[in-house]
Amino acid sequence: MDKGKIDKIIEKYPSDPSSLIQVLLEIQRENHWLPKEAIERVSEKLQVPLNRIQHIATFYKAFSLVPKGRHEIHVCVGTACHVRGAQRVLDRVQDLTGISPGETDLDMKFSLETVNCLGCCALGPVMVVDGEYHGKMAPAKSEEVLKDVE
Amino acid sequence: MPRINSAVELEKFRKDLLSKRNPNKPCITLCSGTACHATQSEKVAAAIEQEIEKQGLKADVDFRRTGCHGFCEKGPIVVIYPEEICYLQVTAEDIPEIASQTLKEKKVVDRLLYVDPTTGEKATLESDIPFYKNQERLVFHFNTRIDPKSIEDYLAIGGYQALAKALFEMTPEQVIAEVKAANLRGRGGAGFPAGIKWEAARKTPGELKYVIVNCDEGDPGAYMDRSLMEGNPHTVLEGLMIGAYAIGAHEGYVYIRQEYPLAVENLTIALAQAEEYGLLGEKILGSGFDFNVKVHRGAGAFVCGEETSLLMSLEGKPGEPRARPPYPAVKGLWGKPTNINNVETWANVPLIINGGASAFSSIGTEGSKGTKIFSLVGKVNNTGLVEVPMGVTLRDIIYKVGGGIPGGKRFKAVQTGGPSGGCIPEKYLDIKVDFDELKKVGAIMGSGGMIVMDEDTCMVDVAKYFLNFLTGESCGKCSPCREGIRQMLKILTKISEGKGREGDIELLEELGQTTRDASLCALGGTAPNPVLNTIRYFRDEYEAHIKEKRCPAYVCKELVSYYIAPDKCQACLSCLRKCPAEAIAGGKNQIHVIDQEKCIKCGTCFEVCPSRFRAVKKISGEPVPPPIPEEARRIVRKSKGKEK
Repeated sequence: MDKGKIDKIIEKYPSDPSSLIQVLLEIQRENHWLPKEAIERVSEKLQVPLNRIQHIATFYKAFSLVPKGRHEIHVCVGTACHVRGAQRVLDRVQDLTGISPGETDLDMKFSLETVNCLGCCALGPVMVVDGEYHGKMAPAKSEEVLKDVE
Repeated sequence: MPRINSAVELEKFRKDLLSKRNPNKPCITLCSGTACHATQSEKVAAAIEQEIEKQGLKADVDFRRTGCHGFCEKGPIVVIYPEEICYLQVTAEDIPEIASQTLKEKKVVDRLLYVDPTTGEKATLESDIPFYKNQERLVFHFNTRIDPKSIEDYLAIGGYQALAKALFEMTPEQVIAEVKAANLRGRGGAGFPAGIKWEAARKTPGELKYVIVNCDEGDPGAYMDRSLMEGNPHTVLEGLMIGAYAIGAHEGYVYIRQEYPLAVENLTIALAQAEEYGLLGEKILGSGFDFNVKVHRGAGAFVCGEETSLLMSLEGKPGEPRARPPYPAVKGLWGKPTNINNVETWANVPLIINGGASAFSSIGTEGSKGTKIFSLVGKVNNTGLVEVPMGVTLRDIIYKVGGGIPGGKRFKAVQTGGPSGGCIPEKYLDIKVDFDELKKVGAIMGSGGMIVMDEDTCMVDVAKYFLNFLTGESCGKCSPCREGIRQMLKILTKISEGKGREGDIELLEELGQTTRDASLCALGGTAPNPVLNTIRYFRDEYEAHIKEKRCPAYVCKELVSYYIAPDKCQACLSCLRKCPAEAIAGGKNQIHVIDQEKCIKCGTCFEVCPSRFRAVKKISGEPVPPPIPEEARRIVRKSKGKEK
């Protein structure tokens, strides 16, 4: 992530420590993870010590300190999806990708995450691949979905 | 657009708007909430625009994209005004027919109407569908009528009149008295009376005060706040402004989850529009009242729904709670008096100011007034958002509005209040739902999540599920919460794996009580609820897991085996081909047999076995019958000719 882009994001917010989370969120959205150089730049500009940024980046779930794969899989494990069998879907997706939630595979193809509710409970269990929603999932169906992802 | 500078101008502007709008002009509306978005409402919208153009209807028909209609089970929903013809599960392919038949010819497209699953009767109007008929939509009503991105739509339905009334006809004290008289209780969880909170913030001396909208809706399975914020952001803003006026605050924040991008978008648009119209900023509506609002996106932490954590997060710090008192009304954001209310609570305020406290409090029960929006999800036919008066029974919500349990299954429990709540068994289905009654049976209202569970839901698994969620969300600051939840989860996991011991239930109860009593904030204080409450009502299920190593609902993987009944198997190869572990032996005309050693218990065979055979069985608490010998596996079929 180049410095100019990072600076541009930082400049959008008042330069004081309370902007920290909003700035990090935007970098995360832009870049899909928080690289070291971005964190250092934010620390310098907003006058927040690095260890506090580390604390924030690990406390909140939206942030990642490691790069993400080309495709992001989100399996909803909200209560409504859970009672409809989301766990079995998740088990199967883990099997298929070889990674656990929070991980990215070595080829950088998939990153797997669980989410606690996407608010489309009528479709549960739900799996989202690169922003596309797949509803009424079952273990076998998840395989069909992932098969087509290159 | 000129600024609106007085209450008179506001009224005049509204009348001008209405005079320009012909109520009889056909208008096609499309539900564009997140849930419908997930069911491809974007494509439907594109098709509507294209078709209106193509069929030359541009001058005669309006197209409006509204917020969530609540009947998410049947989305995307299209309603055509002025007749209010309602079409469900509309796809882009249906649009040409809707345009040519309904918009042009005024004919109803029969196949897209709601069909009552029991009587087979069709409903043409949205208001005739039982799901809607049995609700009372006061707060949620306008979601289906207005485009959330248009302030003019909101003004046309009388928006910001409550604000004008408060600013020009009432003193701040009168506003507080009205909200107190209405007995508006916080819709976010605890049910604390909003008026009392406001009064405390007003009475605390200080120049600088803050008001905050809590839209950090974290309970899994609850999405009413999101739908309100997406579908009618102005009403939340109007409520917030009235509150700010009453308290004496000139700055407000909306704390909103970043997982709700559409809500953030619609709110941001609403703020810009309100400012443009002179409804936000300096000298609002020409009065002496100044007010500004900032949006703060949350970064994904359940605990931030708790007000003191939310304040920490707003200050740019990790969202760890602090002890109360001092309450935020005394010492809140940056140490200043602060009032925090949930989205739905704020959205009720304009109703109270417009209609008066007595009208508001004529609905509901003794201790809980007004309506409540629930998100009815899980094992229920009509998943969706449901607004009912306080005091309606659970049975009415689940059966009359929700349409009962799908697949002819038996109701087991309904979980309310998210991870802090509890599971209510069948024997209490007739209790009247309000803040106090739910508490009596060991559950809570919470933010309004209502998850229906049927006989296929294991209560030990549900308790484990919530604790698993809470271990991830506990901020770790205080040890009773951090360690207590973790230890309870360990015990529950062992029970679900068939490694439970005598005395585990008692140990869970003891741990639960300690965690409840000693935790710093409400997250830990309520975390044991799902455990204590399921033990209270479903102790027999816990005992079955511990003593018989049996999961009565066939959910806990370690306690369940899959078995193919040889007399039912028709050797159709479905399960054999789909089994990811290659654990099924057999072939054409060879009865299939599961190798229990290889089986990973994913349940795929159970799922794919054709329903006319139902050969795959789940077994728990007893040994799996030995596989039938090789020589007995051959199926000899009678030829069809001989049968005749």
